[in-house]
Amino acid sequence: MSRIHVTTTVNGDEREYLCSPGQTLLDALRDELGMTGSKEGCGSGDCGACTVVLDGEMVCSCLVLAAEAEGRRVDTIEGVSEGSELHPIQQKFLENAALQCGFCTPGFIVASKALLEKNPNPTETEVRYWLAGNLCRCTGYDKIVRAVMDAAAELRQERTAA
Amino acid sequence: MNAPEAKGSFKFVGSRPIRPDGVEKVTGKAVFGTDYKAANMLHGAIVRSPHPHARIKSIDTSKAEAVPGVKAVVTGADFPSIEDIIVRTGESSGSALDMSTNIMAKGEALYDGHAVAAVAAVTKQAALEAARLIAVDYEVLPHVIDINDAFAAEAPKVKEGIQAADLGEGQATRPNVTMKFPMAKGDAAAAMASAAHVVSGHYSLKPVHQGYIEPHAAVATWKADGKVDVWCSSQGQFDVRGLTASVLHIDVGNVRVMPLEIGGGFGGKTTIYLEPVAALLSKKSGRPVRVAMTREEVFRATGPAPGGEIDVKLGADADGKIVAAEIDLKYSSGAFSGGDVWAGAAHSINHYAIENYAVTGWNVLCNMPKHAAYRAPGAPQINFAVECAVNDLAEKLGMDPIEMRLKNAVLPGATGPMGNTLGEIGLVECLEAAKAHPHYSAPLGANQARGVACGSWMNYGGPSTAAVALADDGSVLVTEGNPDIGGSRASMALMAAETLGVPYEKVSVTIADTGSIGYSMVTGGSRTTYATGIAVIEAAKGVINIMRERAAKMWECDAGDVEWDDGKAVCKTGDNAGKTLTLAEIAAKAGATGGPIAFENGVNPLQHLPGYGAHICDVEVDKETGNVSVVRYTVVQDVGKAIHPAYVEGQMQGGAVQGIGWALNEAYIYNKDGRLDNAGFLDYRIPVASDMPMIDTVMVEKANPGHPYGVKGVGEVPIVPPLAAVGSAVSKAVGKPMRSLPISPDKVHAALNGG
Repeated sequence: MSRIHVTTTVNGDEREYLCSPGQTLLDALRDELGMTGSKEGCGSGDCGACTVVLDGEMVCSCLVLAAEAEGRRVDTIEGVSEGSELHPIQQKFLENAALQCGFCTPGFIVASKALLEKNPNPTETEVRYWLAGNLCRCTGYDKIVRAVMDAAAELRQERTAA
Repeated sequence: MNAPEAKGSFKFVGSRPIRPDGVEKVTGKAVFGTDYKAANMLHGAIVRSPHPHARIKSIDTSKAEAVPGVKAVVTGADFPSIEDIIVRTGESSGSALDMSTNIMAKGEALYDGHAVAAVAAVTKQAALEAARLIAVDYEVLPHVIDINDAFAAEAPKVKEGIQAADLGEGQATRPNVTMKFPMAKGDAAAAMASAAHVVSGHYSLKPVHQGYIEPHAAVATWKADGKVDVWCSSQGQFDVRGLTASVLHIDVGNVRVMPLEIGGGFGGKTTIYLEPVAALLSKKSGRPVRVAMTREEVFRATGPAPGGEIDVKLGADADGKIVAAEIDLKYSSGAFSGGDVWAGAAHSINHYAIENYAVTGWNVLCNMPKHAAYRAPGAPQINFAVECAVNDLAEKLGMDPIEMRLKNAVLPGATGPMGNTLGEIGLVECLEAAKAHPHYSAPLGANQARGVACGSWMNYGGPSTAAVALADDGSVLVTEGNPDIGGSRASMALMAAETLGVPYEKVSVTIADTGSIGYSMVTGGSRTTYATGIAVIEAAKGVINIMRERAAKMWECDAGDVEWDDGKAVCKTGDNAGKTLTLAEIAAKAGATGGPIAFENGVNPLQHLPGYGAHICDVEVDKETGNVSVVRYTVVQDVGKAIHPAYVEGQMQGGAVQGIGWALNEAYIYNKDGRLDNAGFLDYRIPVASDMPMIDTVMVEKANPGHPYGVKGVGEVPIVPPLAAVGSAVSKAVGKPMRSLPISPDKVHAALNGG
């Protein structure tokens, strides 16, 4: 089976991989590039554990073909922190104990970051609806929602200070 | 060792530090079961039966073997024949033969999704292609899914060779009934006949799935010397080792299991599905093999919790004292015996002091996946029925439902229905706290109603091993054997810090593979913080004793003259009286005073106590669509002592939301051909963020005298009361009893429209 050569930008770095026509972006990230932070919980776009940002839009990477990333920009959980400096959303997830098993966490953090970039001051209801595509079976969502609201408040403060 | 120490004056216990494994998990670096890759690894794929019940006449693997890149094919015939030994897996025990047969069908497919063959190839694509080319010739046999149908004397047999239970003289044999579990006290019939008030009802529940987000995956390599290495996520690497060795019929010492981070389990990862398959594919191919499930495979082939058909009749005197209970519960364990029905019976009324009861549990086989433990296995189903009936009784008497429960609540020192003495339990305190909570008296809006329920789980202790070692700079290294499924590394570090008197940040926690430390039972049964916590505390005390000896050597005095106080050795007598040496100072001199400082020990604590909780739920019903929204929810629970309160709250919140999902959304839906119709998260709908309100928590702390810091298990109790709390609230809002779960919008709509 002939494989497709793809050049794409992942977390700011130019990356290349070969993929088969049916392979997903999630498979390419995990299997071809070794970036296993994005998780496969369902493979059908129902759980959000594979959430990445593609050219600024939040997507389930299991629903995007690997070949579609050609010439585009992919941002994943691996690019959320700057070096060893955690993003405020990551810090607030830790402080609020917003993870138990941690498997859904990368998807939640990528999705929450996408939310706060669009809406720096979301209501609880807006947070809950934005994250409705991310399944968490451990926490009951309470501490996740609190972590995102806390992070939003901190980011607003940082912006005011800047 | 068991007297509570320094109660109420903890330095670290009860604080909320960041968990040791947190950074790895928020940055995507943590390696879960689905992330691990071995060098030169092959990819596996499993062929599964499309039939709920069929004889496997033949399996032709020739076309699959001809696919380029295919290196191995296995079927049931490749599994060693083993004797039917009983193996323990955490909260339950089961037959090794059943486990082997569930992992790979042997002559007979018993449910839609039952594995019948597996292949390994150099790429995932080649493995999937080869799996498609395996030709299985099935003779389709009659099947039965529904419990009531399977219970019938004339029901088709779920499988050949069932050991049907002896139901007593003159009773017809029921081919799929494998257990009858009676539990009785007093004279229930007479007490019922003389009761002032009687309520009764029939309750139905469908099987539900644990719904962990991480699908099962395992990598195994069968080396030329006969040793097998396994990398997988599970709730217990030691039990994975034991079960895998049993199924492969090799020595336990030849299997080493490396625990990976676990993406949720809730009981469903206390057993094995893939490890022996990967091992046998590896044995045939000579290369490491990875076998992973898709979400569809997880639903079709792994552990649902039993559905149930339950009859409850309760009688009370004029004052609201429950005088009689008659309960009949039928649970299904899938196509294999075992199951949760005894635990269901045991938890039916163990939160009430009732003098006369007759409880009968029945385990029924059906053509569904082998049941697996799900958080308080067996308890939520029966609690739904009993607690709805208690609410009916309270309404009949015009009593406040919490008052009614306080009147009947089981008290410390009572004997439970299984003959166990209940120690310092906290049900009354939970009910009082629920009654006093502002939620309980808050006004309700239009189309809203409130439900309450209480319940319990027995919890467990059991064997655990832990080691504590010091590095020469004073770092403390805790090694233990229980996978961290929800923050337990943080609890272990807190308990070690508390015992040693050193800051939490000085303590690291490693979860070791089966070759690196002694046995620990699974992370399950709400046992880890209790039992493994004791192992860690005892190991830390062992290290303290060594440090006292080393300090004595440095001071040239007796170890008996050295006390350990707040992280320091203190000399009590002689020239050095009053001098101190910190843990770091002693660790730095370890080489000169006798060698490395470390202590490992195994414990088997059994002074765990059952946990109790009381839940309050407000729902709002959309009369147009029948949709139910949970608008406010409060969980009150006796937690003993919360070591890391944020993760205890997390257990309470997460358990409650799983219970809410069970009540309103979740169910296995089989079609008439016995195939699962909703094997995905779109159609098997677990609660999402927009479905839920904040979940308020109240931690009642009534210390367990059987743990140095007062710990009681907390993980399972919170899934027990929600089904009835939600169900009773909806029943009130609708004005009709809603006794069949899930209470989906169509059922509510029908009830509102005279259905």
